[in-house]
Amino acid sequence: MPKLTINGVELEVAGGTSVLQACEQIGVEVPRFCYHDRLSVPANCRMCLVEIEKTPKPVASCAMPCSDGMVVHTDSEMVHKARKSVMEMLLINHPLDCPICDQGGECDLQDQAMAYGFDRSRYAEMKRAVTDKELGPLVKTVMTRCIHCTRCVRFVDEIAGTPELGGLNRNEHMEIGTYVTQPLTSELSGNIIDICPVGALTNKPYAFEARPWELQKTETIDVMDAIGGNIRVDARGNEVMRVLPRLNEEINEEWINDKTRFACDGLKRQRLDQPYVRKGGKLQPASWSEAFSLIADKLRDIAPGRFAAIAGDLADCESMFALKSLLKLFGSSNIDCRQDGADYDISVRAGYIMNSSIAGIDQADAVLLIGTNPRHEGTSVNARIRKRWLRGGMRVGLIGAAVDLGYPHRYLGATPQTIQDLIDGKGEFAKILQNAKKPMVILGAGALARPDGAALQTSVCALAEKYNMIRDDWNGFNVLQRAASSVGGIDIGFVPQSNGLSTKGILQAAETGKLDVVYLLGADEIDMRQLGNAFVIYQGHHGDKGAHRADVILPGAAYTEKNAIYINTEGRPQMALQAVFPPGEAREDWKIIRALSAVVNKPLAFDTLMQLRALMVEAAPVLANMGHFVKADWKSFGKPGSLTTKPFHNVIANFYMTDPISRASPTMAKCVAEIVPLTMPEAAE
Amino acid sequence: MLDDKDRIFTNLYGFESWNLGAAKKRGIWDNTAALILKGQPAMIEEMKNSGLRGRGGAGFPTGMKWSFMPKPSDKQHYLIVNADESEPGTCKDRDILRFDPHRLLEGILCACFAINAHTCYIYIRGEFYNEASNVQKAIDEAYAAGLLGKNAAGSGWDCDVYLHRGAGAYICGEETALMESLEGKKGQPRNKPPFPAGAGLYSCPTTINNVETIAVAPEILRRGAAWFAAIGRPKNSGTKVFCISGHVAQPCNVEEAMSIPLRELIEKHAGGVRGGWDNLLAVIPGGSSTPLLPKDICETVLMDFDSLRDVKSGLGTAGVIVMDKSTDIIYAIARLSHFYMHESCGQCTPCREGTGWLWRVMQRMVRGQAEVAEIDTLLEVTKEIEGHTICAHGDASAWPIQGLIRHFKPIMIERIEQYRKQAKRAA
Repeated sequence: MPKLTINGVELEVAGGTSVLQACEQIGVEVPRFCYHDRLSVPANCRMCLVEIEKTPKPVASCAMPCSDGMVVHTDSEMVHKARKSVMEMLLINHPLDCPICDQGGECDLQDQAMAYGFDRSRYAEMKRAVTDKELGPLVKTVMTRCIHCTRCVRFVDEIAGTPELGGLNRNEHMEIGTYVTQPLTSELSGNIIDICPVGALTNKPYAFEARPWELQKTETIDVMDAIGGNIRVDARGNEVMRVLPRLNEEINEEWINDKTRFACDGLKRQRLDQPYVRKGGKLQPASWSEAFSLIADKLRDIAPGRFAAIAGDLADCESMFALKSLLKLFGSSNIDCRQDGADYDISVRAGYIMNSSIAGIDQADAVLLIGTNPRHEGTSVNARIRKRWLRGGMRVGLIGAAVDLGYPHRYLGATPQTIQDLIDGKGEFAKILQNAKKPMVILGAGALARPDGAALQTSVCALAEKYNMIRDDWNGFNVLQRAASSVGGIDIGFVPQSNGLSTKGILQAAETGKLDVVYLLGADEIDMRQLGNAFVIYQGHHGDKGAHRADVILPGAAYTEKNAIYINTEGRPQMALQAVFPPGEAREDWKIIRALSAVVNKPLAFDTLMQLRALMVEAAPVLANMGHFVKADWKSFGKPGSLTTKPFHNVIANFYMTDPISRASPTMAKCVAEIVPLTMPEAAE
Repeated sequence: MLDDKDRIFTNLYGFESWNLGAAKKRGIWDNTAALILKGQPAMIEEMKNSGLRGRGGAGFPTGMKWSFMPKPSDKQHYLIVNADESEPGTCKDRDILRFDPHRLLEGILCACFAINAHTCYIYIRGEFYNEASNVQKAIDEAYAAGLLGKNAAGSGWDCDVYLHRGAGAYICGEETALMESLEGKKGQPRNKPPFPAGAGLYSCPTTINNVETIAVAPEILRRGAAWFAAIGRPKNSGTKVFCISGHVAQPCNVEEAMSIPLRELIEKHAGGVRGGWDNLLAVIPGGSSTPLLPKDICETVLMDFDSLRDVKSGLGTAGVIVMDKSTDIIYAIARLSHFYMHESCGQCTPCREGTGWLWRVMQRMVRGQAEVAEIDTLLEVTKEIEGHTICAHGDASAWPIQGLIRHFKPIMIERIEQYRKQAKRAA
């Protein structure tokens, strides 16, 4: 624990702390460009120079470890001179085109030039110009602005695990680029926009759209996967302009994937902005009362078993709870939030959540992935595994489709047979699991949706118990859910009750005419042909597959347009906040269901969101732990069944289009056209 | 003047063969095992007492550098020989490599033992094709004769030597950039700390020395520290290969005692300045990065680390570049500025951006197309680069210009005035 003095303040810091970090601890600001908390330290921008007594030259504080008795000055003449020098050097070849630069207003160089810049240039020579690089549909480059901090290079090397960027040439001709003119293939590539301290790498779809000071910033939750990444939605007026990550060390750190970031332009397209009813086989615009009275007609005197509801991937807890309550009033328990048809045991909460938590990956020393490609199903989980792997001493095994995870791993097999082998202690990885102190297994939601999904859950439970993954201080059994609604839906009980039908049952019944009305709450991923002649109510925000099949469309709100609770794959409830209003006639989803309940003469027992939430928390107390990860009690679980020999397949063939929002996004369409052929050739065919 | 008996590089001119047989006749590989049997502490002590300072330019005491290596652990130790000699005006290692490679190899075995390394990499400048060829043949010979490899030279110490050819980047002669390059990465200097002795090649303890430093080691161990220390002045002891080029009658490499007066060095060994001593304009005493010295300083200065430092220059690699009065001194320095711009690795801001700035201003200075006040700005810019970078390349780009302004500012002003007059006449 070295003790040092910074600007006359004595402090003791942990061993290995850099001078820059020590300065931050006591609130002394040190300017920097290349240094980033989560990346390696190249110390090449030279902006963070400080004076350390007994050293003749100024020292780069980011790379200098603190040592006992060090006396640091960050405010001396030497320091100011050094920083001004570096700033002058940074600016001589910088275009100073701030008025037309998208980084303007949130640019590190701009900010620090205010503090350390000269008021005029002494550089009378020609400025350097650099050819822009083509990095694909997401990242726009203006390479003349680049200050060669190499943050982007280090990010793709270290965090993303796709070393596609590098510095080409040397001296002032050094250029950052891919060398080959090919889009970045990383699903985390958008983050280089955030970490670029200047306007060299900017958001391509957002180019020239808005200035940061015009934007209304709303801190909310992402729903593109079940991770529940923390995001900030920037809106101007009633238009979502962009999505940025928000720091949450326990979930996404400060990274989000490209779908989360760039699919937001899908919120403006294909929107359902007014109710529709099907007349003469065609969907016609209608008023709310028309739509409601048609539904009321269909629901009047309906037999309890002939009404069913399926919730989609983006459904929030409140609307699912309201819909469940409505169906209950009709005496129906044909409800399911797992539209992929999964039918595993949900009697024990630990059986369907990620018990280790995402942050828990940092402690694991062996990870077994089963039937999942976390890179696409939960990018933050994959980034965590990679981060843990980089630290060393961790082994990763994969059972499932062979994929590139972005870090070395052992490929163990393609079929469930390998799980059985591991339970029997066969193979090298069995030894690794045996010797691991904190082993974990991650079971993909795609695997659980297989016909033998329930049996898979049972045997993975057995595997976890065999390898001592379930202890007081550690629970290594994890399910990586795919849909933002999955855990929330199960927790609040949007699953078949008593003799109710599951998704598979609902579809079979509808196909054979045993159902009269099917209520789709944003469910778009089911096979619509199976709905047969049932009367289909579609409540959702996008004109996707469900809306095309619907007989009545009730326009709902997307995740940026409502205050709602989502529970992520760890079982952590999080609050999404409304950033903009739903378009046109569209309304918040719980309100639609509440209004409908009045029209059908079965009014629900709440009038406000607060009342609804109170009832909901009563039904599912876990929702009260807003924002927190709570350990689930362990009990053995599982349904009997036998494993098949069918190989696992990649459940997300096309990462960029998995839900109605991303399918409506022009940016995602460009990704499909340009990036998918490079990374997911099977999806491009 | 150095006695012939005190010469270490007895085949500096290639009059004899470089191969093992001839090398042995010159006393190389003569009972090397006995040197090693002295033991590590004794060897390092001997090197410390000899006062040998690194011959690559920085002049760090070699014995002390070796003593920084940590105690043996499960980590490999490495020795790296820096044979990436690229400093303009310097060609001493080249002649050692092509005419006396066995002297280097013997030094490698001694140094490896002293620092607990079993592996040595020689990083040789890519352009040194024939030199690399000779060194590789010498390595093969030494292996065949049992002088390298398992139980090298009967010393009981295993020592493997690998030759790696660079790809033509000056910066890869910087020790940490060299390691990066050797690891297969882009040749860019690393931050220190950690120093190579703690975490060098592949993050393992590493000692990196210049060719000449390693090559003189066996002779010091054989003849004793006292012999070496007695040559030259205190703290600047030993013999040194000087490279004299430029406007002299006979450019040459010569091994001389340290602290020999510059004038004596030029007149005795290089046949004097072209057109006589009075025709001398300036001398760059230690390779292109060291600030030049005008004639009046050259009269008296001694060629060693401390004496040259006192006149605000440096011994560097001892590449003496002599310029007579026919030299356009501004152009000469501008050419060096171009070199340093071209070879900057592009990592640190001040060096990446500043070296180009310096070169562009220097180009105008050559023509005189500048304001007089810009000379001071130029000097300030050199100070903005100097000391603000990871490695010494920034300093090296600044020093020649600082030397020029220090000693030849009147000539620069004169050039500017001349240009003005011409411009006025043309108008």
